Amino acid sequence: MEKFTVHTGRAVPLRRSNVDTDQIIPAVYLKRVTRTGFEDALFQTWRANEPDFVLNQERFRGATVLVAGPDFGTGSSREHAVWALKDYGFKVVISPRFADIFRGNSLKAGLLTVMLAEKIVQRLLDDIEADPGTEVTIDLTERQVRWPGEVHGFELDDYTRWRLLEGLDDIGLTLRDTGSIDRFEDGRKSWLPRLATR
Amino acid sequence: MGRTLAEKLWEGHLVRSAAGEPDLLYIDMHLIHEVTSPQAFEGLRLAGRGVRRPDLTLATEDHNVPTTDIFAPIADPVSRIQVETLRSNCAEFGITLYPMGDAEQGIVHVIGPQLGITQPGMTIVCGDSHTSTHGAFGALAFGIGTSQVEHVMATQTLPMDRPKTMAVTVNGELAPGVTPKDVILAVIAKTGTGGGQGYMVEYRGEAFEAMSMEGRMTVCNMSIEWGARAGMIAPDQTTFDYLKGRPHAPVGAEWDAAVEYWTTLRTDSDATFDAEVVLDAAEVSPFVTWGTNPGQGAPLSSRVPDPSEFAVESDRVAAEKALAYMGLQAGTPLRDITVDTVFVGSCTNGRIEDLRATAAVLKGHKVAAGVRMLVVPGSMRVKAQAESEGLDAIFIEAGAEWRQAGCSMCLGMNPDQLASGERSASTSNRNFEGRQGKGGRTHLVSPLVAAATAITGHLASPAEL
Repeated sequence: MEKFTVHTGRAVPLRRSNVDTDQIIPAVYLKRVTRTGFEDALFQTWRANEPDFVLNQERFRGATVLVAGPDFGTGSSREHAVWALKDYGFKVVISPRFADIFRGNSLKAGLLTVMLAEKIVQRLLDDIEADPGTEVTIDLTERQVRWPGEVHGFELDDYTRWRLLEGLDDIGLTLRDTGSIDRFEDGRKSWLPRLATR
Repeated sequence: MGRTLAEKLWEGHLVRSAAGEPDLLYIDMHLIHEVTSPQAFEGLRLAGRGVRRPDLTLATEDHNVPTTDIFAPIADPVSRIQVETLRSNCAEFGITLYPMGDAEQGIVHVIGPQLGITQPGMTIVCGDSHTSTHGAFGALAFGIGTSQVEHVMATQTLPMDRPKTMAVTVNGELAPGVTPKDVILAVIAKTGTGGGQGYMVEYRGEAFEAMSMEGRMTVCNMSIEWGARAGMIAPDQTTFDYLKGRPHAPVGAEWDAAVEYWTTLRTDSDATFDAEVVLDAAEVSPFVTWGTNPGQGAPLSSRVPDPSEFAVESDRVAAEKALAYMGLQAGTPLRDITVDTVFVGSCTNGRIEDLRATAAVLKGHKVAAGVRMLVVPGSMRVKAQAESEGLDAIFIEAGAEWRQAGCSMCLGMNPDQLASGERSASTSNRNFEGRQGKGGRTHLVSPLVAAATAITGHLASPAEL
């Protein structure tokens, strides 16, 4: 997983609340066998049916920060929702509130989800709509979001912050201590089943 | 203080345990299939990682394989790609795979036990919620998500928060014609679909002790249907007799050492559980579901319940919604419900004893006019065994279809599906809306009830024939 320290980029205003994971990525895309390449699936229904949808607007092209209304990521636990956002190019999602499972999935996969008070998110939405060139900085070291004229702290537990700063996914974390696994394997019962490997 | 079986299994697999962190558990066997593994393999490739223990990983094709024409290319392109992807991934990472047509192919939870790969004292995981099946051997077995599949592939371990423990005790003897499926459906109806949430459950008492291994697997299989993380039964002589001589079972001095160890895998007399459910075996009769979750069940001898009689508001609303979907009227005797399809199979009831029970009822009878009956063995070995006993001839003679091994109509990922509005009696594990096909209506039943229903055309037990 890529390390996350400080990210600066332009932002997309998604003025919708309760954006559920079926909207983020429709179920039909879950039949794929790949882990990447879900960028076309992101918000597919809205992108296909709403010419004015923010991701269809030229002025927001290339943005890497998604700013959304409250309760982002509700519904099905599909991990694909996070993959689709990352594949599309988003590094950070900012919202007043996230659904628990989505937030857990995102932080495990290295997509930073940042919660700011609803009032502050409103100002950020106003500012990026007024000037799509607005650069937003998300500083994980300082736990701050900054854009011209504004500085706001956000909360993230120390363990998760450390994991993201170090770029460690769960697997990476476990692999830091393979010595323990080796030692456990030395003590396993001799009769336990093993299969032929090819 | 003494420890429960679940605690012994958990503590016996701790690679690491520290305050403020999840425990790191070692995994003795990782079972994989075509549907939940592709993104895990892809994740490994993207991170430049390998499979740590391909020798502790076993793959089979089951979820969306067709049960007819298995040597022709799979017609559905999505299913075909998933199966082909599994094949190339297993070849790339050196994993044993039993593909369609192989003598060992079958539903992942049927082949593990029949190969002797499922043994007492093991931890077993699979990207499938019915992995709890393997708990019947006194193993700690549970389903996991795709990220966890990748984690097990890369490390052979899993970070997990320790669940609480629960005992489900059924004392007494089951009446003739009452099966393990009826017992677990009755347990779920009593506890509700969320009753086991957060628990590792141990099934205890005379009713479970008297069951065969296959019956115990049926019980443990449905643990997830009432929310339990895992379900298990302490190993005993029945377990050892089942395992002895199987391809991967220990032999000679190792067998003796294994049995000595396995014998210690029981809950100590002074251990306590965090929760307990008790049921009297004499109260259990043939049980069927009337609604759209496995907890919406009732004795076959009763009637479709009246939603207004449910005390809890959410249960009442759920029952109303279920009856509307199922097209049922409150007060209708369950025996009056007619079906168009009967499905015998799945990881719940697709083993040889289930097929023997079904055949014993069907013998000398015909499937009712207008009823389609599918008999789908859980594995190619079960199929071969059934054919060597002449069961296939009984099914075909009665007018049922005798198929190849796979998950089939349990979840309708292959062409075996209900059409909208069709109604089935099914020996599988889930009666969710659309589970067996969009608009399909499912009644969960035991193999005995399935067979009697096929003959009469309405929900029935063999006693009525």
